[in-house]
Amino acid sequence: MKFTWFHLMPYRYLPEDFKDKYRSVWVDIPRDLYDPKIGHRLYNDYLDQLEFADQMGFDGLGVNEHHQNAYGLMPSPNLMGAALARRTRNANLVILGNSIALYNPPVRVAEEFAMLDVMSGGRLVAGFPVGTSMDTNFCYGEIPATLREKYHEAHDLIIKAWTEPDVFAFNGKYTKLRYVNLWPKPLQQPHPPIWIPGGGSVETWDFVADHDYQYSFLSYFGYIAGKKVADGYWNVMAKKGKELNPYSLGFAQGVAVANTDEEAERLYAPHMDYFYNRCLHVYNGFADAPGYRTVSTIRAGVLAQVGKEAALRREGLTWKDFVNEGYIIAGSPKTVRERLTHAMKSLNCGHAMILQQIGSMPPDLVRMNTELFAREVMPHMRGMWKGFEDKWSPKPMPEPERAMPAPLNFTRVETNGKTTNKAAAPSHESRSAK
Amino acid sequence: MKSIHKLRDGKFSVELYTYGSGEPLLYLHGAGGLLGMDPFLEELGKDFKVIAPHLPGYGESTGGEQIDDVVDAALFYHELMDELGIDSTNLVGHSMGGMLAAEVAALDVHRAKKLVLVGAAGFWLDENPIPDFFALDLKDLGSYLFHDPKSPFAQLFLAIPQDMNALADMYVERVKRLSTASKFLWPIPDRGLKKRAYRIAAPTLVLWGSSDRLIPPVYAAEFTRHIKHAQVQMIDAAGHMLPYEQPETFCKAVRSFLKG
Repeated sequence: MKFTWFHLMPYRYLPEDFKDKYRSVWVDIPRDLYDPKIGHRLYNDYLDQLEFADQMGFDGLGVNEHHQNAYGLMPSPNLMGAALARRTRNANLVILGNSIALYNPPVRVAEEFAMLDVMSGGRLVAGFPVGTSMDTNFCYGEIPATLREKYHEAHDLIIKAWTEPDVFAFNGKYTKLRYVNLWPKPLQQPHPPIWIPGGGSVETWDFVADHDYQYSFLSYFGYIAGKKVADGYWNVMAKKGKELNPYSLGFAQGVAVANTDEEAERLYAPHMDYFYNRCLHVYNGFADAPGYRTVSTIRAGVLAQVGKEAALRREGLTWKDFVNEGYIIAGSPKTVRERLTHAMKSLNCGHAMILQQIGSMPPDLVRMNTELFAREVMPHMRGMWKGFEDKWSPKPMPEPERAMPAPLNFTRVETNGKTTNKAAAPSHESRSAK
Repeated sequence: MKSIHKLRDGKFSVELYTYGSGEPLLYLHGAGGLLGMDPFLEELGKDFKVIAPHLPGYGESTGGEQIDDVVDAALFYHELMDELGIDSTNLVGHSMGGMLAAEVAALDVHRAKKLVLVGAAGFWLDENPIPDFFALDLKDLGSYLFHDPKSPFAQLFLAIPQDMNALADMYVERVKRLSTASKFLWPIPDRGLKKRAYRIAAPTLVLWGSSDRLIPPVYAAEFTRHIKHAQVQMIDAAGHMLPYEQPETFCKAVRSFLKG
């Protein structure tokens, strides 16, 4: 069993009356609700939390892309990946991912992912989501009717850019390039593992199966509701004669560990409420631009995560509901162990994407949650899925061969009453390129 | 009368409705498509041979994947005219259909005899932005489309079927139609008509509902600014769905312009 510590990076200070006063947390949320000084604090807290998860032995650090969104402050997750590449050692950088139809030309994504893979010594997971309708159609203006075609063309271009040994010309419908020649190229060969984050579109399952990618279902509604999507995915895999390898499925699950079940409720309940009632307050008109979902997906009746259906799923819910419905797996280490094991078994899932900073959770609570999980839960679940090979995790350079950032050392210098930082003389031999 | 026509070696199959006889009048529907209750077409059929096709992607018309933009759509209408043996015709376009009718007339000036643009899309004014039609909540739709959302027709138009299967079918058809419309209108309904509209040679009538809240009446002046022989006629007690809300006044205005 593998564990990725996943961060959405929410804004923690939406007003209490947010839901009544504003129509959406996404797309047209008023800009004056964002305070960049608070934002400064949050980005740094959140990077600290991801770095801590690396130290606690998580296999991956997960980040994703959202636009004009108060619960996802990462228009560019690659910037987070770059920061993490320098300050983490072991964990994989699971970037889920870049909405490749949005970048012109899409080789930009191939380049940045190659940079991150090289910088991190081959620790990158490259995620290629189509992107939500809010992000792609409403914020970035993509025409819904052609978004998926553009996505597939961008995918083909990126893979070719990573794998083709020679300079080539690309004559696509959406992108035309005379010289495609990737510098740098990725460290992992032929390319970093590709994970496809999805929300339940039936075409995505076919796409994942046909390319032997990993499918990551990033749901906010827990494993009980998620089972329908997981089953749909495994049915497609079975029909296509693919191995039902749990590592080819990732699933996002909120997890909140405390010393007892009662303590979990007391500590985490307000933050769950913040997440479901403020962070997921999305205007229904933005949920699903006409043509964003294909007719076959609509016919398949897979529920959307946001909008009206999602609102129905969270209306008036209490802590007991969040726990009973599996939106969150919460309680003592024993409770969490048992329920998470059951959840992952029922989904046949080998890559757990654990959400431990939820809604308005402050740093000390996140740290406690992460530490308890890493010490009291994770080790007990490691043995699940023995006998299956994880073919979807990065293959980094051996640790001793990887470069280490030079330690920083500043001394405080006072000149004319003004204090500044000055670099101290280098005092160590860093592991650098010869 | 309904008929099916194949175009471009079967790449397009066109669901087409014909009313009456006489001089041809090609009707280009709006983003919502033909509604199956379009009484003004029958009324115009008393004086013209009204030809009302569904654009590919709408209703039973197929081949929508062949159309990516307004030029593809204009060529489709040109080819449909060829198929029907019509060299030049009166064009009446509503909303998105007005935008496409203007493109048909601008790209090949000989195709349009006279042009009627009704609450037409195609331009964008920063100081008068058009509301985001695609993001409208269904409960607000009526007030954007109709002068009187409580009128019997508006109520019929806005009704949501109670039967789940009928609701699913309606939803799928709506997605198909608006998804096709998104190729011309998303995210801003300006696809360069302002560069080409000067070419339009046909005498043009710009009809507008004076309470149109979707494309405000101020847009009528954009058409007279860009099209050489254009005149505006405002119609009271009508919103964006003018031909449905005031069918008699609408037909009278069209008839007297085309016959005049």
